[in-house]
Amino acid sequence: MNKVVRDVEEAIEGIKSGMTLMLGGFGLCGIPEKCIDALSKRPKITDLTCISNNAGVDDFGLGLLLKNHQIKKMISSYVGENDEFERQMLSGELEVELTPQGTLAEKCRAGGAGIPAFFTPTGYGTEIAEGKEVREYNGKKYILEESLVSDFSIVKAWKGDTKGNLVFKATARNFNPVMAMAGKITIAEVEHLVEPGELDPNEIHTPGIFVHRIFEGKNYEKRIEQRTVRKS
Amino acid sequence: MGITKEQIAQRIAQELQDGYYVNLGIGIPTLVANYIPDGIDVTLQSENGLLGMGPFPTEEEVDADLINAGKQTITTRPGSAFFNSADSFAMIRGGKVQLTVLGAMEVDQNGNIANWKIPGKMVKGMGGAMDLVASAENIIVAMMHTNKRGDSKLLKNCTLPLTGVNCITKIVTNLGVFEVENGSFVLKERAPGVSVDEIKAATEGSLMATDDVAEMKF
Repeated sequence: MNKVVRDVEEAIEGIKSGMTLMLGGFGLCGIPEKCIDALSKRPKITDLTCISNNAGVDDFGLGLLLKNHQIKKMISSYVGENDEFERQMLSGELEVELTPQGTLAEKCRAGGAGIPAFFTPTGYGTEIAEGKEVREYNGKKYILEESLVSDFSIVKAWKGDTKGNLVFKATARNFNPVMAMAGKITIAEVEHLVEPGELDPNEIHTPGIFVHRIFEGKNYEKRIEQRTVRKS
Repeated sequence: MGITKEQIAQRIAQELQDGYYVNLGIGIPTLVANYIPDGIDVTLQSENGLLGMGPFPTEEEVDADLINAGKQTITTRPGSAFFNSADSFAMIRGGKVQLTVLGAMEVDQNGNIANWKIPGKMVKGMGGAMDLVASAENIIVAMMHTNKRGDSKLLKNCTLPLTGVNCITKIVTNLGVFEVENGSFVLKERAPGVSVDEIKAATEGSLMATDDVAEMKF
């Protein structure tokens, strides 16, 4: 089966209004910027549920879809860098499910691994635990959290081969591998697409079985949110 | 009154032990990295997926793919490792990180902490804070003793939505070092030049303090 798609347009084919998407990245680091940009140019795709740790900034990343009102619901852990997001949330236009970061990661990992729910200590005794089953193990309290899967997971890798095997760079890895696992269809955009055999099997982060479509993106912007330097 | 934010960080750095894996939150906790004592080998964990965080990069070293949990550009130290978000929180929930230092809006005398939400005002999200406080054995809160209005942040009961319950054991503020024991804050050290009475006046929660409590040393 050929997983390589011609371009970003072919990659996002089949994404429809009302679907649930997972999008990798932490802040703007490791986000699938080509696919997000392409989705923002299809404004008729609306009512999306987007699962992503953050919501981009006003004019980049998921902020582009928010500005177009393409997102109905966000499932995220931290959304502090986006004024439009805050405005839509406070006005009730946007539904938001704030989820602790580790719980969010585990919901994706478990969803991809065929585990429908799990007990975690995170959030016990807080408003996150409201309505959730509590169990005690060895004297400590845990809450039941349900896993997540997506219609499409969209991830960004540094290198990938035509079999879908992926290698991530530095902290751009973040949520990408676990979201890749949890997609009914997983799209990978990569900076370098290579032939089978060019990547060392010892160094693959995401095995190709989790990836259904792959393409090489050009001219990545990789915007930096907090450029912080020391004097050399 | 009391010590500076840098001195709060400096005092917390005295708690570090050789071989510790440490997670430092945003704000005053980040400054702790500047005061790691000589001869102590500490590995900094950044929950977005890095063990072995180094200093900020030079202009030439800046890499958009290498950031910390505060989304700042960063560097790695020799022997560092990258991993995905599920592995990162496996380390945290699994109790592998020996010390967590984080800021707070409120803590109370039962060890509860609130630092993620002001209803109707601030709705940015909890990020990794709930995971960190739910599992760490050893959590130090680093914060100013009072808020901008001058109200105590050490309370009988937190008023804001909680981040975690019964999880805070030590607090370092500009006025002193406190431990939470049996439903009270216990003053362990006071900031230089600050009296026990001044600390009592600035603390809403129950405070146990002896008159001969020692001054912090730097």
